[in-house]
Amino acid sequence: MNEPVFQVGQRVRIDDRTPPVHHRVPAYAKGKIGIVERVCGLHGEPEKFIRGDGKPPQRIYRVLIQQDKLWESYEGTQGDKLEIEIFEHWLESVE
Amino acid sequence: MSDHDHEHDHSRTFQPDHAEPTSEGARVGLALRELLIEAGHYTAEEEQAVIASMQGASPENGGRIVAKAWTDPAYKERLLANGAAAIRELGFELEPYEFTVMENTDDTHNVIVCTLCSCYPRALLGMSPAWYKSSSYRARVVREPRSVLAEFGVELTDEVDVRVHDSTAELRYMVLPQRPEGTADWPEEQLAKLITRDSLVGTQRNLETT
Repeated sequence: MNEPVFQVGQRVRIDDRTPPVHHRVPAYAKGKIGIVERVCGLHGEPEKFIRGDGKPPQRIYRVLIQQDKLWESYEGTQGDKLEIEIFEHWLESVE
Repeated sequence: MSDHDHEHDHSRTFQPDHAEPTSEGARVGLALRELLIEAGHYTAEEEQAVIASMQGASPENGGRIVAKAWTDPAYKERLLANGAAAIRELGFELEPYEFTVMENTDDTHNVIVCTLCSCYPRALLGMSPAWYKSSSYRARVVREPRSVLAEFGVELTDEVDVRVHDSTAELRYMVLPQRPEGTADWPEEQLAKLITRDSLVGTQRNLETT
């Protein structure tokens, strides 16, 4: 029960959707591909909580994304990266 | 001549009263608070206790943790692997958040932001600075971290990679700054005093020893 679906090092895509409720995925990260940096714990799902549907536990992952994949004409190095917390139901595996 | 006899300078200590809330948002916030208390979700006393514990929090707590990590390699390993557990070892309470500590090295610099609101490890480090909550910092540090860091006085060469941590959900973050040169024989208490709030957020890289 509640075993992590994704593992450290796995390539994942952050879903590009905009539910009409409070959610914790900023627009700039939607649709972007990164690598699971760390598998975190279970936390209440914000979209359900805000609708009054309790806080069903969802796994959080830290996703590591290359900065030059996030922004056009990014000024920095190839090694510059961003890490962001994403709930499991926003991620899909990418081959 | 004033009618009271003491030494402090009022031009330096004067602080204006907090203004009465006038914006609609502030009024809604107050009304909501009263309703929540009336409905029994929490009591005013509980609220006061939370505020008091947050006011007791300060960057000095972070300083203690960093100095311990600098002087105790096994502790540092535990801190980086599971920040919350290692911080609790020193007697701090962090529920319910997970806590992640990111280490600065010769070739990596870490900086923390919350783009969606302004999540900050308040229970440990106290109130966040105003700039941390500004939309300018939040929008720009993810997109152009090197420019923003330069504005804070952190000039990074291309040998140093920047890693931005967007605190978007349930985790809280702290940067473990690098130990300055020439402090090899310093005791932990003296090291702890070197650590600044900004170095724990990542908008300062080099700590001053003088």
